[in-house]
Amino acid sequence: MSDRSYSVSMTVNGEVVNANVSARTNLVDFLRQDLELTGSHVGCEHGVCGACTVRVDGRIMRGCLLLAVQADGQSVETIEGMAGDPLMTSLQDVFVEENALQCGFCTPAMLLTAHEFISRVVETGAYRPDRDAIRDTISGNYCRCTGYQSIVQAVERVLIQYETAPTKAPNGAPNPGSDR
Amino acid sequence: MTDAASDHLPHTDSPHTVSGPIGHNEPRARARRTVAGKGRYVDDIVLPRMLHVAFLRSPHAHAAILSIDAAEAREAPGIVAVVTGKDMATQCTPYAGSHQLFKRLKAPDQYPLAVDRVLWQGEPVVAVVATSRALAEDAAELVDVDYDILPAVTSFERGTPPAVQLHDDIPDNIALVEQLGTATVGEDFPGADQVFEAQFRFGRITGTTLEPRGIIADYEPREGALTVHCSHQCPHQQQDIFARHLGLPEHKVRVLCPDVGGAFGLKQQLYGDEFAVCALSIMLGRPVKFIADRLESMVSDNHARDHAATARIAVKSDGTIVGMEVDDIFGIGPYSQYPRSSVGEGNHVLRITGAPYRLDDYRARLTMVYQNKSMIGHYRSVGHPVACAITEGLVDLAADGLGLDPADIRRRNFVRSSDCPRVSPGGIDMPDMSLETCFDAVVAAMDLPALRAEQAEMRKKGVYRGIGIAAFVELTASGPEYYGPGGNRITSQEGCHLKLEPSGVVRCWISVTDQGQGTDTGIGQVVASHLGVAMADVRVFSGDSETTPYGGGAWASRGIAIGGEAALRAATALKANILELAAVVLQADAGTLDIVGGRVVDRDTGTERMPLSDVARIGYFRQDTLPPGVQPELSVVRHYVTPRGRKFMATNGVHAAHVEVDTQTGIVRCLGHWVAHDAGVVVNPSLVEEQIRGGVVQGIGSALFEELRYDDDGQMLSGSLADYLVPMASEMPEITVLHVEGTGVEEELGAKGVGEAGVAGSPAAIMNAVNDAIAGAGLGQRIHTLPLSPERILGALGKVPGEL
Ligand code: FES
Ligand code: FES
Repeated sequence: MSDRSYSVSMTVNGEVVNANVSARTNLVDFLRQDLELTGSHVGCEHGVCGACTVRVDGRIMRGCLLLAVQADGQSVETIEGMAGDPLMTSLQDVFVEENALQCGFCTPAMLLTAHEFISRVVETGAYRPDRDAIRDTISGNYCRCTGYQSIVQAVERVLIQYETAPTKAPNGAPNPGSDR
Repeated sequence: MTDAASDHLPHTDSPHTVSGPIGHNEPRARARRTVAGKGRYVDDIVLPRMLHVAFLRSPHAHAAILSIDAAEAREAPGIVAVVTGKDMATQCTPYAGSHQLFKRLKAPDQYPLAVDRVLWQGEPVVAVVATSRALAEDAAELVDVDYDILPAVTSFERGTPPAVQLHDDIPDNIALVEQLGTATVGEDFPGADQVFEAQFRFGRITGTTLEPRGIIADYEPREGALTVHCSHQCPHQQQDIFARHLGLPEHKVRVLCPDVGGAFGLKQQLYGDEFAVCALSIMLGRPVKFIADRLESMVSDNHARDHAATARIAVKSDGTIVGMEVDDIFGIGPYSQYPRSSVGEGNHVLRITGAPYRLDDYRARLTMVYQNKSMIGHYRSVGHPVACAITEGLVDLAADGLGLDPADIRRRNFVRSSDCPRVSPGGIDMPDMSLETCFDAVVAAMDLPALRAEQAEMRKKGVYRGIGIAAFVELTASGPEYYGPGGNRITSQEGCHLKLEPSGVVRCWISVTDQGQGTDTGIGQVVASHLGVAMADVRVFSGDSETTPYGGGAWASRGIAIGGEAALRAATALKANILELAAVVLQADAGTLDIVGGRVVDRDTGTERMPLSDVARIGYFRQDTLPPGVQPELSVVRHYVTPRGRKFMATNGVHAAHVEVDTQTGIVRCLGHWVAHDAGVVVNPSLVEEQIRGGVVQGIGSALFEELRYDDDGQMLSGSLADYLVPMASEMPEITVLHVEGTGVEEELGAKGVGEAGVAGSPAAIMNAVNDAIAGAGLGQRIHTLPLSPERILGALGKVPGEL
């Protein structure tokens, strides 16, 4: 099997990373194995479970469906890089309070999905409390442990917090808490 | 939490007094870490010079291995070893999933990799070890196995003599036939006015943990020691197995199960591929890692269910249930799982069918058959959902046949608290049952009369909604009577080791393990409450066979019910030791002292005498100030085994489902789900609630979506998550959980297991709700085949041809 390597350069959690990656390495494997950023998980590697969700140029993507070489020149963020983000911090706190996770394997991806949803809603001001919309949004992320309800509850709680305090809305500010 | 979720309904006056953090929604320490992406699952662990293995798996369901040519693979880049089943068999002793309580169970020997025959598609045949997983997979493709394909046994109907024999001394492929009851299956029911019969079919499903199975074995040749990190529920069990079957001294085997990404009974067994990884590490003297990918998970993880049952219910015209019968055929794949055997699920179907009802004429037969499909093992709520769906399907059938309301027929036939203590005809000890309280709670929470009225209105508009009710009896916290006499080396005890640290805070090591249930936190709450310290001052460790007390780990809903009792005893003992020491220091009588909020106080007045940090400081650093002969004992270990003779801590509950069936597409929409469950004393409501909800979702999955399908040649047709559908958030309803605190627990803590409750009753409730929507509206036949796929529903409606 041919296993050609390519040199890539990307920003990962705010740091410039230059690496040689084989053409077939997907982004989540690159992050996990080469950069030892193990916060993003692998549940299926065929695009169904959502556990590998990461942010690429600010949008959430499935890290198993992107090759590392496709992220060349882009900005990649993982749960580790979101450590100082205020919305993410609120989500993390409320997830713990609401017991919105059990084994936690789905959780980093679920948080990134919730983060994008709330950011979008707060930006457009389009949200009316609607748990079905939250359920639809997180339906790309498989969770086998919870009954989803506590996740819905947690996302709704944070959403309401942000709706009523729009000054705290996230706006793509740099993430000071990156631990890389 | 929603308001309804926090309802707490006492069934009777609780004899259990609780204080401290017990009963509170304490957040989990583990959760704080995992939300930050700091979970440490097996695949996150990297050891120096670690190798990776890929397994070449059988593409055939049944075939003889004629030859294996691995020459080219051995030359491939990065390859360290290519190991066949024959090579592997010399490294270990074989194992068989027998169980001496079922002496007639025929359980053939197994080896980690197939030796000269493959018995299922996905069976590991060759292990390829390389410096990376990708290189191992590349080389596996170069291994050439010559197979002689044999016919596969895939159907398991009785009466058809098998064309193919799977094991040498089992000509009929029948692993076991087991019967119990007042009469032989098929005989008349004396005193019955009517008898109703139905065929039930339960497809194959699997636990589908989000984290696939994984293991790293690290053998240190100079020390002769094997350290294993694995995604597993039972570290001590695995330590015992690895030591015995690999010929290592047990104290040189250590099994660590760090964060585990879901388990559900699936990660409770020995898997050949995982065992092979340990042998490979010994052979190579280097760490070896194996992480199952999802495609191989689907064929190599244990499956569950796969039952075909004929069942009957006998009733009087007034709705009194007089008898029930079940004749269950249970396909278990090619072997009986090790070390627990595959009997568990069938045995539960045999024993708990009919259990919620006051019937006495009960007969049951179980036939376990071998097949060329993946192995069947334990999956959450082992056998309960099958028994419950059969029972509750029959009760609805009888109600329909007699023209009675499904709620009324249940209410009048439930085993009542006043009937207890009772032993069910299936042999279940029922010290107390709270079925009526659970039932009333569910009916009130869902507002059944209002939903019925709405259903009638909607029907007029051509919208078909259904309501399904299902009561269940749940076996939790199993005791030593099952695996002990079974000859299976599985301990029924749990232990807790507590150490007061010099700073006055407490470290706690427990034998029960945590795969997300929050057991660590629940145990911490028990310790904090019974020792008299703050939650923040207790740190709990689990999942390491070397450092934790010997115990079972996680199985049969025993974490809090049994592990919690061990923790309570350890906390009580440590408290007594602390107070004795404090009494010496304070020159007081220990009986006049107590510990509250991390301080020694006067028991009567609550006045502070000294903080625990002072007791600890003196105990560890100022023994010189203590009188001669005083020996501070600031570490204690206590174990707990359930009372002898009690096989399980039986509990119960009631589910109700509200669904809408689209009669054009056959798609079912879940509108609402209610569960009332008797967990005894609830140590942490939010943990119990979301665990029950998680179970409900798994049960709904098996009722509506999940099915591992095979073709006639034994090829799996649903080998990816794109084909095997698991429930996602948008398909799931809001689930109301109601706590009922029943009695009947001898233990001081008073907690019953909760892990099975969600799955036990939800498939039955969904099945009954769907049948209520279609058969109840006179649109089609009842369906008793799970999952209730759109195709099957359209078949029941007569819109597409096909078997139900
Ligand atoms: S691992 Fe990428 S979607 Fe499952
Ligand atoms: S918490 Fe286990 S998969 Fe979601």
